[in-house]
Amino acid sequence: MDKHNITVKVCMGTGGIAAGGAEVLDAFVKEVSSSGIAAEVGKRCSSEKVGCRGLCAKDVLVDVIIGDQKVTYEHVKTDMVPRIVQEHIVGNAPVTEWAAGEDYHNFHNRQQKVVLSDCGNIDPEDINAYIAVKGYVAARKVVTSMSPSEVVGIIKASGLRGRGGAGFPTATKWEIAGKQEAARKYLICNADEGDPGAFMDRSVIEGNPHAVIEGMIIGAYAIGSDKGYVYIRAEYPLAVERLKKALEDARSQNLLGKGIMGTSFDFDILIKLGAGAFVCGEETALIASIEGQRGMPRAKPPFPVYQGLWGKPTVINNVETLANVPYIMRNGPEWFASFGTEKSKGTKVFAITGKIKNSGLIEVPMGIPLREIIYDIGGGIEGGRQFKAVQTGGPSGGCIPADLLDTPVDFESLAKVGSIVGSGGMVVLDETDCMVNIAKFFLEFTRSESCGKCVPCRIGTKRLLEILERITRGEGKPGDIPLLEEMSVDIKLASLCGLGQTAPNPVLSTIKYFRHEYEAHINEKRCPAGVCRDLLTYSVLPEACKGCGACLRACPAGAVTGEKKKLHSIDASLCVKCGACFDACKFKAVKKE
Amino acid sequence: MATLKINSIDVVVPEGTTVLEAARKSGIYIPALCQHPKLTPFGGCRLCLVEIKGMPRPVTSCTTPVSEGMEVVTTSPTIERLRKTVLELILSDHPNDCMVCEQAGACTLQELAYEYGIRENRFEGERRQYAKKDGNPFIERDLEKCIMCGRCVKICDEVQGVEAIEFGYRGFDAKICTSFEEDLSCEFCGQCVAVCPTGALTGKLWSKKGRQMGVREVDSTCPYCGTGCSLTYHVKDNEIVRVTSKDDTINEGLLCVKGRFAYKYVNSPDRLRKPLIKKDGVFVEASWDDALDLIADRIKGIKAEHGPDVIAGLSSARCTNEENYAFQKFMRAAVGTNNVDHCARL
Repeated sequence: MDKHNITVKVCMGTGGIAAGGAEVLDAFVKEVSSSGIAAEVGKRCSSEKVGCRGLCAKDVLVDVIIGDQKVTYEHVKTDMVPRIVQEHIVGNAPVTEWAAGEDYHNFHNRQQKVVLSDCGNIDPEDINAYIAVKGYVAARKVVTSMSPSEVVGIIKASGLRGRGGAGFPTATKWEIAGKQEAARKYLICNADEGDPGAFMDRSVIEGNPHAVIEGMIIGAYAIGSDKGYVYIRAEYPLAVERLKKALEDARSQNLLGKGIMGTSFDFDILIKLGAGAFVCGEETALIASIEGQRGMPRAKPPFPVYQGLWGKPTVINNVETLANVPYIMRNGPEWFASFGTEKSKGTKVFAITGKIKNSGLIEVPMGIPLREIIYDIGGGIEGGRQFKAVQTGGPSGGCIPADLLDTPVDFESLAKVGSIVGSGGMVVLDETDCMVNIAKFFLEFTRSESCGKCVPCRIGTKRLLEILERITRGEGKPGDIPLLEEMSVDIKLASLCGLGQTAPNPVLSTIKYFRHEYEAHINEKRCPAGVCRDLLTYSVLPEACKGCGACLRACPAGAVTGEKKKLHSIDASLCVKCGACFDACKFKAVKKE
Repeated sequence: MATLKINSIDVVVPEGTTVLEAARKSGIYIPALCQHPKLTPFGGCRLCLVEIKGMPRPVTSCTTPVSEGMEVVTTSPTIERLRKTVLELILSDHPNDCMVCEQAGACTLQELAYEYGIRENRFEGERRQYAKKDGNPFIERDLEKCIMCGRCVKICDEVQGVEAIEFGYRGFDAKICTSFEEDLSCEFCGQCVAVCPTGALTGKLWSKKGRQMGVREVDSTCPYCGTGCSLTYHVKDNEIVRVTSKDDTINEGLLCVKGRFAYKYVNSPDRLRKPLIKKDGVFVEASWDDALDLIADRIKGIKAEHGPDVIAGLSSARCTNEENYAFQKFMRAAVGTNNVDHCARL
């Protein structure tokens, strides 16, 4: 890079745009091109949009790169732009008070980026930006000089396992599909990411769509497919738009289409938009949806690698799995296998959300302890509160308590403690979260997302939810806990697809590790975390009340009485438990229990 | 052919047979609600779960094809527990009004509840409640009794080729819907009614006419057209209360709207029971002898005066082939004309 070149990179992922990224980018362009500055730096300064770099909590993030010096600014607003341009770009003196702090650097330094290595660094809408970082080199090498079985061999040696949740070895899928004799085979990229709080796949497609396309070209070559689909949710408009552009650009450079890269290999990719059904992430339901049927799973066997889309052999890989492929082919399987554990190789992208300081998107080597993710990368719990549990794997996963924080994050270890890696959602819970309520939240989700085909899932999730609702309302009965456990086991065993087979996991894992919270709700009609509204009582602590009247003014139900400068009190029979008095009191004189 | 073991019994069946079919062929019982021999496997009711050696979890026998050397166990404490749980879940969302249900006595769900002795239910909770609003003339749709087995959807699609109904909504709210949830306006063949394993789909004409007790089944042939479908009249107090058709008939149990629902003419008061002869512009009841004598005299007279070809005979599609044969023979041999035709050509 020319020492005098100046680049401004503005985060324009969905998070960045939501925080005002587009306006910030405009402000930089305008400010730099305005008279006076243009003469000095205008020609040397380019403003670029880049995809998500993970730390969405600090958006808009902006890199100012002068020569080999990079300064990252966080929480950038348009009105900060003139000063950054004047002082840093023109004056070469970074605005240190706005520069990203320790958190930002810790967040990034502890990660190991493979899939995300180019996200946030390159313009996702420019194919040449991807080509400039060795993009499509691997695909070219594969289609021009390698045999399909050599490709499968490399993926096998890398130990890559599916990143969509189940962790099935990718090479095995490819190998079986490759051996099938069929007039046509299909490769489907599953981008129907639906776990609450998960946005790994979206960020990868938004930040580096060409890596996914390159992975698909390599996969298609390995199995002998000439037609691929990306099944992506319609609720990801930016990802869809960038993917569409990336496909067009790849076609125009003969990277997709007939006889790609001058060989006799044909491969093209179609986009199929999902209509918002979580169950369509299940592969047989996804296939039904592409075929124009109702998104309903069917029993396996036959597995899609034998009979999939339109009855033809079909490989379905997750976005992150496919995005790993070009990097493995480029850097070699040993390099990839050097990350991770014996059985879980490579890295994994997680979306960490919830009560954590640095929520965002991270990529870590498999086997990293949960503690490191939460405290070193995530910066610990917000507001200095006590960590309670981390929920991994979304609605199919479980809650892992504090005393298991040293559990390594890999497929086997998380399964052992009753959770799963899943697609990579990670929700951090603290002392103010009620575990019964958390289980209820996930059951509300699975109940409404069940397709309704099979009895245990359709009615079972509804009954589980009803019992949980009863418990949180204070109407729990003795025997509810064993009943929940019995039902959960049966629903898991009897359900047709992965949705029903895992839907009870949040219930089972919260009972396993937080049984006392269930017991408090049922036996003492008390919510230890103070979350379940029907179980709360609000009262005034006489020793702390100053008689300021704030609670009285805040109460919408007329339940608070008291004269100025005298002790106030709350009439429980009138109280609607909205919590307004609790929030209004500056002296912590309102007690919630 | 594949040889497999079901409950330690050797079973030999053709490749592609499902485990459920293989078991049934060998006289081994496996309960099922959504499976139907005419339809592709569904795997939704989960009652036909079996254990197969080497498979990590119970699988539905209706969807699993047999393979050489397979070892299947159709009943075990776990399997029976799961079946009971599934039945209890179904019944927790069912009106359980067998006392007044048209289907009582002919209901697969009722039989299974009886078989598994389900009286108390661990899973009582909210039930689906739907307004009964389908104004079609033939098919009563009580969706609260629907167990979402999908048989009606599949027979309409796979056998009848009509696709009048489909699954709508998701999860607990899922139900079988017509387009835009309007009244059913299909051809009313009633195949859906015939395959429904519960009282969710019944004939509107059947209502309160009698269920099983005192009802006699009479096998017969449909009089409506030359196809000659076999059907079974359910008769109570000398009145047809219902029409069904058995699976082992030439029409494989399938009927059309006329055969299944248009039987009211049999007991209609408008139906002619005696010949009528018009005297002075008014029809008067007559005996068969008088009526036939009159017809014979007139035909003979006309034939003698004008020749046989001024006479024509028109027969009915309602008659059997044998009756139609006899009629044309009569016209050709007795009357002496080829002027004979049939209403189906009109």
